[in-house]
Order: sequence, then structure tokens, then C-alpha cells
Amino acid sequence: MSAPAPGRYEPPVTDEAVPFWSATERRALMLPWCTTCEQPFWYPRPVCPRCLSPDIEWRPASGRGEVYAVSVMHRPAHPGMADRVPYPVALVDLDEGVRLLTNVVDVDAMQVHVGMQVELSWEPMSDGRNLPVFAPART
Amino acid sequence: MRDELGVRGQAAIVGVADAASPTGDLDLHGRALEAAMIREALDDAGLELSDVDAVFSAGDAMGLPEFLGLHPRWVDGTMTGGSSFEVHVQHAATAIALGLCDVAVSVYAATPHSDRKRGRANDFGGRRGGNFAAMTWEMPYGMRMPMGAYALAASRHMAEFGTTPEQLAQIAVSTREWAALNPRARFRDPLSIDDVLTSEMICSPLHKLDCCLQTDGAGAFVMTSAERARDLRRPPVYVLGVGTATSHSMISQMPDLTTTATTVSGPIAFEMAGIDHEDVDLLMLYDSFTITTLLLLEDLGFCKKGEGGPFVEDGKLGPGGELPTNTNGGGLSYTHPGMYGMFLIVEAVRQLRGEAGPRQVPGCKIAVASGSGGVLSAMSTCVLGSST
Repeated sequence: MSAPAPGRYEPPVTDEAVPFWSATERRALMLPWCTTCEQPFWYPRPVCPRCLSPDIEWRPASGRGEVYAVSVMHRPAHPGMADRVPYPVALVDLDEGVRLLTNVVDVDAMQVHVGMQVELSWEPMSDGRNLPVFAPART
Repeated sequence: MRDELGVRGQAAIVGVADAASPTGDLDLHGRALEAAMIREALDDAGLELSDVDAVFSAGDAMGLPEFLGLHPRWVDGTMTGGSSFEVHVQHAATAIALGLCDVAVSVYAATPHSDRKRGRANDFGGRRGGNFAAMTWEMPYGMRMPMGAYALAASRHMAEFGTTPEQLAQIAVSTREWAALNPRARFRDPLSIDDVLTSEMICSPLHKLDCCLQTDGAGAFVMTSAERARDLRRPPVYVLGVGTATSHSMISQMPDLTTTATTVSGPIAFEMAGIDHEDVDLLMLYDSFTITTLLLLEDLGFCKKGEGGPFVEDGKLGPGGELPTNTNGGGLSYTHPGMYGMFLIVEAVRQLRGEAGPRQVPGCKIAVASGSGGVLSAMSTCVLGSST
């Protein structure tokens, strides 16, 4: 678990993502699933991006994935992350088949590589929500 | 056959203008700069403002015609980032071919370099703000934009195909060789691969010199029917093929970071034009970053997917090389005000008219301009030719 990061930019809560952010308050990563397609999708939308069905169910994700691509930021994109440079920004493919932009934490930035196995971790936000990030898989 | 409507060769670019300076600054800005470009491009064509009945801008379909005092019968505010002006070529040529307008003008002006110094609001274009999805799902992670997005693509390309930082750097080196021949280019000093690799790491694996400039710049083109073009001041440059395709807006939604929608736009444009790769005398490929050019070379089929690195290694993109690319010095060394696609068109036209001076590609008859907008998101390809 990483230390709180009060300086990080905190995202707005859009209507369609209320269940997502509520779940992060108890550190659960929920994915929107289309009950018609029986597939998850990312990012949260009010309708399924495959069939436009509004029938969406939130289901927990395994929290396991693999780094698809990674870039280390040598300057911060946001002043609140200045004390973190250099830090890795990565695309992570979850086992469920969706891809998230995220940070890989608790590891030397230069060690993060394509194909690295990672698992879910959390960083607290100022309003009780938690931001999902990833750390090297322990198993 | 993709050209059922008969767009091929029906429209021609008859006037162009662009502005850039070695200091990176231009004196004019905003509407005044747009107006200067339009006037210059119309003069180039030998047409008057009153001849214009179609106005194209990247994101401002109402304000620009009003400013110009025009009541056009075709307006287009298509804004796809850097590729907007390739899309404008497509839309204008299609509208002209169908007889829906006669004289089209597209214009671009942005002055981020001097805006910053003069404390002016940056009129960079519509890329900022408004995208709640990116604000929610990407911004919290501190990715520098747009460099970080392209760096992710480079990271994946390297991991999947063994592409090296040296190979990417060669693209910057070859492009700088062309810039040396362009007196208006921002940077003209010779560049070595080592210079690129020892420049500041911005977003790994991209160094500062893998990234485009940020300068003031502006441009415009005027297009009319092939028939009317034949009576105008300059040799017509015909629109032979056009194609556009998009695959995402946010980089995290790009299906495969090593393959862009140019794999769709390119074949549409080539097929419409009826050309093959060996017919192409000049490539104008968007170079927001070295990786952008590499992906476009692959996705247009000039080499196989994954082989772009070895392909560019021998300097074939540079002066004297077998595949002249970005002869104005590109976004990497000539100018890059944010949405660079206009300069691809302007340089292609000058080369096809044989007006490119010391950087002229001998016998240039077919040019391909391929733009990239957003973060490898909106891809548009134009095939232009000196004859039909």
C-alpha cells in the first residue's frame, strides 16, 4: 500500500461512474459488464459500447493483469506528482480483457516493463475514494 | 473500386501559403494571421475572396466565414487534431466533385510560441478541455500529453518488434537534413543519432529530440474543380485519392498501439488514386514524434509491420535517399504549431509544382500526405498528383 498522495489530480465523479467510485471507497475494483453481450468494457459508459444496451451490471475484477505498454515520466504532468518523478505510466491489460491506464507503484520506475505481471493496489484520495494503481504481482 | 462517386482527379489544389520562422515566432496571430494566409493562398491561385463559396476551419464553422464576410454554401468545422487539414482535403474534394461548391479555402493559424511570451491566451486548437472521459480515466495518472501517449506506442513497438532508440533517432536525423535546406526552418544545424539519444529524456523511450517543436505557424490551401484549375495562375495539383479513419480518442482506447487506422485510410486513398507504393515520389508523414513517422511508414505499407526500424536505418528518408520524406524539415525541425497537417499539404503542393528550390525532389509527380490527429487517433491520407 502506498502513502496518501494529496497532490495528485483527483478525477470528477461522472454519473455513469458513481458505482465505480463508491466501490473504491471499500477498495473494490468493479468493472461494468454488459448483460446482453456478457462482456466487460472499459471505460464506464451509460450504455455498452458494443451493442448500446443500457443493461449494465457491476462485477468485481480479479485485480490481476499484465503491463501492455509503459512510459516513465521524467517531469510531472501535474505539480502534485513532482515528488514522484521519475514515475511510470502504464497500460495494464486486466485478466478480464479490459485495458486501463494506470501507474505501477512500489517498484523502481526503470524496472517496469512490457509483459510484467501486476496486481491491484490503491492510493487514497482526499474525499474517501481510492484510486486504483498496480504493483508488481507477488505471486 | 472505392471511387464510385468519381472523386479522383475532379478537384485540384490551386493555391497554398504557409508561415513559419527560424525564431519560432510570427508577428501576426489569430484572425489576422488566418486572413494573411487566405489572402496569400488566393493570390497564389489568382482568385479573389469573392470567389470562395466553401470555408473550412478546424473547429470554427461559423466564426471564420463571418470574419471573412462570406456567406458560403459549404461550411466545414471538422476538427480531428493534426489531421484536420487532410480531412478538409477529403471533404473539399468530395464536395467539389459533386458540384456542391466551387472554390474551397481551408486555413490554420496558431501561435503557441509567441502567445506564451506575450501572455496571450493560447489558441492552440480544440484539443484542450471538455473530454470528461480523459479527465476521469487518464488524467489522474500523470501522463504528460501528448508525449506520454506516443511514448506508450513506442514502448510497445520496441517490446514487440525490437525497434531501437537509435532507429527512431535516425528519423529525426534524416528530417533535420531536409530542414538544413529550408531557410525558414526552426532548426537547421546538423543532428547526430547521439545528439538525439543524449537529449533530455522526456517520456521514455522518447527523448526531447524525438519530439516535435512547438512554434508559431500558419497555412492555407485553396481548392477548386479540375476544370477551373486549368485556367488559373499555377499548375494544378490534383486530388487523386483520399481516405480517413479513426480508431479511438484516448490512447487507453487504442486497440493495438503498434497499428494505427492509417492501415484503413491509406489503402482507401491509394486505391482511389490507382497508385502503388513505387509510384510515390514524396512522402509527407505526420511527425509529431519520431514514432509517428515510423508507424505511418508501416501502416501505409512501405515496409512490413514491425520492420520500420531497420527500414529507416540507412537514412533513406533524407536528402538523396530513395524515399524522400518530410522535405520541409517536418514537425521535428521546420515548424509545429500544434496541428501540423496543413504543412504536409502545402509542402506536397510545392514539391509537385517543382517550386521547392534546393530541397526539390526531382521529377516529383505523386505525393502522399498522411496526417495523424489526437494521439494516433484520427488518421487521414491524401494522394496528390501533378497530373490526373
